[in-house]
Amino acid sequence: MSVRTAQVPAAPRLSPEGLLETPRERWIRRAERRGPLVVLVAVCAAATIASPSDASWSDVSSILGNNAFVWLLALGMTFVITTGGIDLSVGSLYALGGVLAARGSASGPWLAILLPLVVCAAWGAVQGILVAYGGMAPFIVTLAGLLGARGLLQALTNQGSTTYLVPAHSWFRHLGAGTWVPVGIVAALFAIGWVLMERTGYGATLTAIGGNQDSAVLLGLPVARAKVLVYLLSGTLAGAAGALGGARLGSGVTTIGVGYELTAIAAVVIGGTLLTGGYGTVGGTVCGVLLLAVIHHLIDRYLSQYGSAMTDAVNGAFLAVVVLAQALLERSRRR
Amino acid sequence: MTATVIEPVDGAGTRERILDLSQRYGVYVALAVLIAVATALNTDFMSVSNWRVQMFQAAPTVLVALGMALVIGTEGVDLSVGATIALAASIIPLYIGYGPAPAIVLALLLGAASGLVGGSMVAFAGVQPIVATLSLMIGVRGLAELLNGSSAKPVADSTIADLGEHTLAGIPLMAWIALAATAVVAYTVRRTTFGRQLVAIGDNKRASLLAGLPVRRVLVTVYVLSGVLAALAGVLIVGHGAEADPANQGLNMELSAITAVVVGGTPLSGGRVRVVGTVAGAMFMQLISAVLIQHNVPTSTTQIVEAVLICLAVYVSRERGTR
Amino acid sequence: MPTSPDEPDPSAPSAVGAPAGAPAALEARRVVKSFGGVHALRAADLLVRPGEVHALMGENGAGKSTLIKLLTGVYRPDDGVIALHGTERDFRTPLEAQTAGISTIYQEVNLVPMMSVARNLFLGREPRRYGLVDLRMMNRLAAEILERYGVRVDVTAPVHSLGLGAQQMVALARAVRTDARVVIMDEPTSSLEPREVQTLFDVIRTLRDQGSAVVFVSHRLDELYEICDRVTVLRDGRTVHSGAMAALPRMELISLMLGRDLVAAHDGRVTAFAPDRSQRQPAPDDAALAELLPAGRRGRWGRRAAGPGDPGSGTTGSETTGSSTRDSGRAALSVSGLTDRHRLRDVSLDVAPGEVVGLGGLLGAGRSETAQAVLGAHPAAGTVSVDGKRIRRRNPQAAVRAGIAMLAEDRKAEGVIPGLSVRENIVLAALPRLSRAGIVSTARQDRIVEFFMNRLRIKASGPEQKVQDLSGGNQQKVLLARWMCLNPRVLLLDEPTRGIDVGAKAEVQGIIDQLAAEGVGVLLISSELDELIEGSDRVVVLRTGSVVARLDGDEVTAPNLLAALAGEGAEGAEGAEDAEAAALGDGSELGEPEASEPEASEPGRGQSESGGPEPGGADEGEGNAS
Repeated sequence: MSVRTAQVPAAPRLSPEGLLETPRERWIRRAERRGPLVVLVAVCAAATIASPSDASWSDVSSILGNNAFVWLLALGMTFVITTGGIDLSVGSLYALGGVLAARGSASGPWLAILLPLVVCAAWGAVQGILVAYGGMAPFIVTLAGLLGARGLLQALTNQGSTTYLVPAHSWFRHLGAGTWVPVGIVAALFAIGWVLMERTGYGATLTAIGGNQDSAVLLGLPVARAKVLVYLLSGTLAGAAGALGGARLGSGVTTIGVGYELTAIAAVVIGGTLLTGGYGTVGGTVCGVLLLAVIHHLIDRYLSQYGSAMTDAVNGAFLAVVVLAQALLERSRRR
Repeated sequence: MTATVIEPVDGAGTRERILDLSQRYGVYVALAVLIAVATALNTDFMSVSNWRVQMFQAAPTVLVALGMALVIGTEGVDLSVGATIALAASIIPLYIGYGPAPAIVLALLLGAASGLVGGSMVAFAGVQPIVATLSLMIGVRGLAELLNGSSAKPVADSTIADLGEHTLAGIPLMAWIALAATAVVAYTVRRTTFGRQLVAIGDNKRASLLAGLPVRRVLVTVYVLSGVLAALAGVLIVGHGAEADPANQGLNMELSAITAVVVGGTPLSGGRVRVVGTVAGAMFMQLISAVLIQHNVPTSTTQIVEAVLICLAVYVSRERGTR
Repeated sequence: MPTSPDEPDPSAPSAVGAPAGAPAALEARRVVKSFGGVHALRAADLLVRPGEVHALMGENGAGKSTLIKLLTGVYRPDDGVIALHGTERDFRTPLEAQTAGISTIYQEVNLVPMMSVARNLFLGREPRRYGLVDLRMMNRLAAEILERYGVRVDVTAPVHSLGLGAQQMVALARAVRTDARVVIMDEPTSSLEPREVQTLFDVIRTLRDQGSAVVFVSHRLDELYEICDRVTVLRDGRTVHSGAMAALPRMELISLMLGRDLVAAHDGRVTAFAPDRSQRQPAPDDAALAELLPAGRRGRWGRRAAGPGDPGSGTTGSETTGSSTRDSGRAALSVSGLTDRHRLRDVSLDVAPGEVVGLGGLLGAGRSETAQAVLGAHPAAGTVSVDGKRIRRRNPQAAVRAGIAMLAEDRKAEGVIPGLSVRENIVLAALPRLSRAGIVSTARQDRIVEFFMNRLRIKASGPEQKVQDLSGGNQQKVLLARWMCLNPRVLLLDEPTRGIDVGAKAEVQGIIDQLAAEGVGVLLISSELDELIEGSDRVVVLRTGSVVARLDGDEVTAPNLLAALAGEGAEGAEGAEDAEAAALGDGSELGEPEASEPEASEPGRGQSESGGPEPGGADEGEGNAS
């Protein structure tokens, strides 16, 4: 029907109408994205100005070297949270990884690396399968994982009475020694994580799952498989972190890792990853872990009489402010 | 009225029915079996002293789990209960100088305040319950430790000690308190406006909103109640241990409480609150670890058993009750 | 231009202008689909030829969306055949359908909100370099592609920062990018501005000229007549008509959709509504009800305390806010200027006590949004007054308190509390009034529940049966009972009889009459013409979110209503929108709507009209080889 004559309608311009953002909103969006970095720089700068003499190499070294491995938990958590899930088992898997590494190191350094990775990967995969195919809430599955992994750890160490030591001559120990080796390993893993998130189809799939799962299914993305993989990945990273921690400490410590999942979640959220899923940033997580580490360090130095309690209180308040800001921004967006 | 039996719409097959029954009554059966087996293995299990010990252990968990059941009934979760226990504990030694009553009231008020913050984040700002209460969980425990200082403080007050240690008619006062709280919560859920609104909101929030229910008010109240119950548990724990130790008291209590609720047959998807089931769930988890320990089963196995039980309970209650 | 292996060559342009004798691009033959015994599709046929734009029409529940989901692999048919280019296909997943060359644009924009525009556009098929996503190339390609859709935005910005129209365009560009031999568009224009619609149409024409088949679903008749070559009409899961679009006058199309024979407009009444307002009877047992219903306590529900049989008597005047005296001229419900961002434009209407006002309109006209906005559950500007008293806080709680009750369209999601019993569902909204100090009085509750279960003949094994186990009609009665025990001033009924059996339907209609006779103001939304005509005293007709006609008394007839729905300059038409619609006339010689004229000078669009390969054509003609 209707034969169209000549006048081809020109391309209507959707800009500026196409872009709904006002300059203010764009500013908010940028702030949201760059916020963690800005705060990190500000805190560091303030600390340096307050006591220039103290901003020494030893500070940096202690901030980096002591905590680096734990940051891997936050890396794995970033991926999980991006899909809208959560992984509460990483603290337990961290401890489990350390013990397995120490135990494996008796039979050689390679086993010290492989054993924790394989066991924790399998543990994560089982959790992932329960979530993706069993239709169970990630929260409760990984909560059970938290308990179960601790139980396994206790069983391995005879209720904590056996302590496995990494042989003194093993090169496995070097992986955790000093500042630069651990930091290098962690930085490399974060870099790989960044590439995975930003530059692969898998990262996009994770984001799509968290942002709009129905849409991801309709687009034919491998949703279930990606979910299993993400818990596997998180478990593996926790195992790796534990193994490296074991290398640094020289033994498998059974009591560590309690509550680490919370710190990891806090770091991820402070870094700007949305807890509702659909947006995750590895760079933000780096800022988040550094920020928490710097705050921890500063409180240790200047408010040491309050100890870790102050750190917890500050972290909790920080987290509350961040999630509130996220929720309010989200709401203004929906309106 | 016409007594026509309407066939259920979606095919309630035998499997469905078994799952439903096991969700509803499984915990009682499991509890009975556990007690029978434990008694068969060791007749001391039924001794008064053993039961008294178990009640001392279970009472705080029951209190916290009751609040948690209400929160889970609204399709939420409250991770801050353990920290609230610590907060209540830290307040007691600070204000015990004014007498036990003001100290206890203040502790309960702080619990309510913590719940108010969490509930407001959930109801007004629309933050996910897990996240809102997670931030409280981290922050409030830090605050509690700050208030208390680094080491545990002894609490010598007799009233508070009585709360934790005294027995009445052979049963610990703590257990009486838990029992009373159970009755009150059960009555609230069944017979009060608030209770019915709570369940309706957990089942279908949008429909409840359109029916003109005060959704936000109910949500905030639920978290406040959970905070108060946790604070009460904190006071009892202080009394029982005669010391306030915010760094350790209430640790992992949120996990035990959630476990008790889930094992008790309350679905995580909300819309149903099983009060008595929750108490049974708390008792079951307490007794099973006690039995295992009494028979020298290592704690590792106990933890793995607990993990499996949680998974099982969630599997049974999964995806149902949500239309 | 670096092209990675999985980004196929641009040199595969589809045949331009397929020959007429070519096999159908997409065909569905006698497809049947039922869900749990309910037939969504009984025998649907659809035949779409290459190089045509095919309209798929039907009212809610006709089976359109089911058919689309069958074609796109979301569901699989119970029976019947789906063929693509003459070959029988059985798609098990959406991915298979996509790979086979069927792209779909869904009604809701399904993009990932926090992801950048470019990433959304290439989700699942990112251009790669050394195995990694080549961001720079992706952004450049995305900008080029969107440029052709008239969208010029920062492609690295997250999608949620775009307007809905631009988002729809991104979704469109994403769908069309895959080897688009068949493109299915499910109401793509519902969130677009007129100008954006024109851009969309340009894209559709380009597709058509390339030989693609386009299935187009929309409820804006103007658009259909402008862009579509042929039309298939579904009703009750069957194909009732298929033919050239231009050969089907608007009125006939609408009567086909609504299943109402225009020529032989039957005189016999088909609903249980009373033929006339004066013949409505209140329910006989109202004295009993008045006794049962809780007297409102001070403050909150004081005004609502009057007995239902005589709502104006205002015996509790001393407790009220002073509005218990009501002159007959005052509207029970008065709505003015409801406007929201996308769906509603300045909707105003009044409902007098005891009056049933129908709210007419085709799907997507903004009927449900109006009802939800009146209740305060859909954010919109404008004022709502009950009995002349303006409701200040716009939320459902305040509205219910003021005496508004709404039966939502989606009974399952917005009505019943499935896990609770019949009893609890009935008393849910009235709980505060049935309790003292927050404690529910069981005895009173039981009496009320029993009363309503009897009066509305709710068939359940007992008051303790869960509502999720009841049939649709009984669920609906439970919801009616929930509102009746609040004794509302105004009842908003959104499709009250949809999906319930004939007997229950008649009962519900009877109840509506009774309520009106008792002085309740009723706003009735119904897609069933008969129900609207026979049940309403007046009808307000909406089209694209604006009131386009008001029919009063004798004007409420099928032809008038059909005319108003079709936009053929019905009586009482108002607003510029309508004038435009009237000017467009019968749809055979459609002019370009005014809105797109001024932009006619933009270069760049012309090339794509030629349909040939163009910069970035790599993406357009991508062969998604399996």
